[in-house]
Amino acid sequence: MKFGVVVFPGTWSDCDFHYVISELLRQPVEYVWHRSPDLSEFDCMILPGGFSYGDYLRAGAIAGRSPVVEALPDFAARGGLVLGSCNGFQILCEAGILPGALMKNECLQYRCQSTHLLVENAETPFTRGTRPGQVLKMPISHGEGKYYCDRQTLRTLKERNQIVFRYCTESGDVTGEANPNGSLENIAGIINDEGTVLGLMPHPERAAEGAMGVTDGLLIFHSLLGGLVEAGSFLKR
Amino acid sequence: MTWAEPKVTLELALAHGLTADEYDRIIQRLGREPTFTELGLFSALWSEHCAYKHSRIFLRRLPTGGARVLQGPGENAGIVDLGDGLALVLKIESHNHPSFIEPFQGAATGVGGILRDIFTMGARPIALLDSLRFGDPAESKTRYLISGVVSGISWYGNCIGIPTVGGEVAFAPEYNGNPLVNVMCVGLVPTDRIIRARAEGVGNPVFYVGAKTGRDGIHGATMASATFEEGAEERRPTVQVGDPFTEKLLLEACLEAMATGAVLGVQDMGAAGLACASSEMPARAGTGMEIELSGVPQRETGMTPYEIMLSESQERMLLVVARGREALVREVFAKWELDAVEVGRVTGDGLLQVRMDGQLVAEVPVKTLTEEAPVYRKPTERPRWLDALVAFDPLTLAEPASCEQALLALLAAPTLASKEWVWRQYDHQVGINTLVLPGSDAAVLRIKGTRKAIALTTDGNGRYVLLDPYAGAAMAVAEAARNLACSGAAPLAVTDCLNFGSPERPAILWQFAEAVEGIAEACRALEIPVVSGNVSFYTETEGRAILPTPVIGMVGLLEEAERRSTQWFKGVGDRVALLGPDAVSLGGSEYLWTLHGRVAGRLAPLDLTGERAIQSACRTAIEAGLCASAHDCSEGGLAVALAEACIAGPAPLGAEVALPPGARTDLTLFGEGPSRIVVSVPRHAQRHFEGLMRECQVAWSWIGTVGGDRLAIRVGGRSVVELPVAQLSHAWRNGLARLVA
Repeated sequence: MKFGVVVFPGTWSDCDFHYVISELLRQPVEYVWHRSPDLSEFDCMILPGGFSYGDYLRAGAIAGRSPVVEALPDFAARGGLVLGSCNGFQILCEAGILPGALMKNECLQYRCQSTHLLVENAETPFTRGTRPGQVLKMPISHGEGKYYCDRQTLRTLKERNQIVFRYCTESGDVTGEANPNGSLENIAGIINDEGTVLGLMPHPERAAEGAMGVTDGLLIFHSLLGGLVEAGSFLKR
Repeated sequence: MTWAEPKVTLELALAHGLTADEYDRIIQRLGREPTFTELGLFSALWSEHCAYKHSRIFLRRLPTGGARVLQGPGENAGIVDLGDGLALVLKIESHNHPSFIEPFQGAATGVGGILRDIFTMGARPIALLDSLRFGDPAESKTRYLISGVVSGISWYGNCIGIPTVGGEVAFAPEYNGNPLVNVMCVGLVPTDRIIRARAEGVGNPVFYVGAKTGRDGIHGATMASATFEEGAEERRPTVQVGDPFTEKLLLEACLEAMATGAVLGVQDMGAAGLACASSEMPARAGTGMEIELSGVPQRETGMTPYEIMLSESQERMLLVVARGREALVREVFAKWELDAVEVGRVTGDGLLQVRMDGQLVAEVPVKTLTEEAPVYRKPTERPRWLDALVAFDPLTLAEPASCEQALLALLAAPTLASKEWVWRQYDHQVGINTLVLPGSDAAVLRIKGTRKAIALTTDGNGRYVLLDPYAGAAMAVAEAARNLACSGAAPLAVTDCLNFGSPERPAILWQFAEAVEGIAEACRALEIPVVSGNVSFYTETEGRAILPTPVIGMVGLLEEAERRSTQWFKGVGDRVALLGPDAVSLGGSEYLWTLHGRVAGRLAPLDLTGERAIQSACRTAIEAGLCASAHDCSEGGLAVALAEACIAGPAPLGAEVALPPGARTDLTLFGEGPSRIVVSVPRHAQRHFEGLMRECQVAWSWIGTVGGDRLAIRVGGRSVVELPVAQLSHAWRNGLARLVA
């Protein structure tokens, strides 16, 4: 399975994803410059965290209109998978690839801390290695991670099981206290209707080895790779 | 082009912060009156900030050499060898003056400036630390300053994506008019890829890269070389405005351009901007430089040569490029959408020649601007008031009615309370190297591709230095090294930031001279070279100086990243030991300040030979896997160290501790002294640990056992503290947040 890690001016989790995929998972991976619209050689595209274009205007707004992001809907329609974490999630929302928006944290401050996530949907290519109701530990690091969408969109998200992760307590309770940024209904990650594009605020790449104290992020990568073993490739080439 | 230069007079020179003597010296060296642009160059390059003219003579006392030192003071940053073909680049710098005038941008550009000092040397920055001092937290101005400074650091560091992994925050009313913002950065570079700030090779082109030049920050260096009077906020235009996004592009573009081998020398255009870079780079290499200003990218129209040379617009660099390889450099900067303009070339005549549209506006020997800057040895005098202050005996004060209440008050004191409110606003994990997060004695980062890790800390106690500048500064070095030892690391190098009032006052300069001597003595005894640093004089407002505050930034090495330690207790039943001497004092202690509002008395003695032995014993025990935790006893004394070991970790644990009777219970619990470490040792390692301590011949004793949900301390058999861990934790976790929220 070949991964592409997108680099925008201002991206900073690119090296961390690259390290986890190449050094820990031993999978082929390449950096993809934001001007490149050709994604034909990849199976999974990662939109990493950072401050693309300084997050000027709004977080992810400028990157959401870059050539590489404009190529993503076609890539996903052909069966490619897209994982947007942190700034990547913001970019996917700004590009309209995922519904809703990410607003300034309710505390009005940046937050870098550990969070717990409740797996709401374990049937996506990104979570098939988890159990529904499983609690994952993963850090966040953002100033604008408060998820919001209108009522109709929220209803659709629920009906179609598109809410993948919610912030919860260590024991799995979805409470206000467990919500680090004021997200609507504790939403931490959602997937598109086709189940090919995942956006989440937490950082799975920071929770992928024992040295970092948590390894739950690996479940997401292993889900992706496990799917590959079964299907051969995601791409309908 | 319409610009006319005013005629230079003595009055104009004085208004530029130069003295009459210095002005005479300029005329003598040039053999004529300087032009207006030249006057600007001298005023910036001969400022205290750039020339260290009051401090240089004292700083020569610091030990700067060592087997691992690849670069000592005098460059953008110092460098030490880590082995495995890698080197660590380190530097600390103050941004005190701008942060008081405009806390958000002042602190943010402090981060930006120190980052550039690291990546100019070819290194990728991997960690930031911030040592902060604020005034009385009850003052609303303090709350404004702390929230501005913390959000400025957070904004810049988070946006550029370099983790902020440690630092300190302390409070004292002496910082009311002058907060301290000291930022330290470390970076990694392969030893064969180090780049220096030298203009080598006559005929090589000089490139201006990065952001465009504006009128912001003109004379920032001169501003930072004067004290504040009423209305300091009106100096806001001398504070620069940062753009971390542009800096991120500049960082990536510079490292990419350096990797091509086409870049021979780099200097940041920070303090004193183009003036500083274009004179220091040739001065270091024994060359000259000619610059044509019309090509300098500008964000405003009608800028004069004087303004372009002195602008401190951020996120800019001056590069010396190998002739014939200009296209490589242009290509890299074009990819990152940054300006890269050839603005001059290296010459062999030792002159800085500045032209605007071909017209010569300055011609000065680079050595005159740099090496020949005035050096002063101003008078020093031990202040008379110090005797009375030191003569005070804290044991003449009554003992506290309740040691439990005293302990809770100390844990909630803003200087000691948890700093989570601060560091949770900083990304401390990006780069996935941070093995020990903020909140332990030192941060620990792994070095990917090796088994090694580095430990980082900053330390300094202004109260100690006020009472005894020599010993207080030496103790800061000892404590920094002890914090590293508690993490399992051996010290590698120091970068120091010396924050003092006006050196033109003999009492202040005496404090400075004594403090430098104390740092030098401690660094010699512990064999830790000082490889870079910064002096921030004139940190006073309306004649009221800050506490003399030398801040010691220190880096250490762990050969095995796995053999690291943290400060908190981990196992029920583990034995607790206290390593180090019994000698403590309430003089200058946090207890004396928090409970009695006094800064007075004598410090406990510092024995550097003993200190070294204790640190070595602690490190050896950690390396041998015998310690579950190790925590330095510093501010707040043994009782606070024990409480922190109980509550600072992810799973709080109690302890039962029995201490021998001392002169007084408050002295035993809260007395402060160097060379003391609390460790916890699993039962199975107990005998091995005892044997090791005997071998090391250090003073130590078992004092208790980990377990339960309370911290219980008996002194001489009498129970003096028995508090639920949850109560200790509540006081400590909310102490700072309660004040600043």
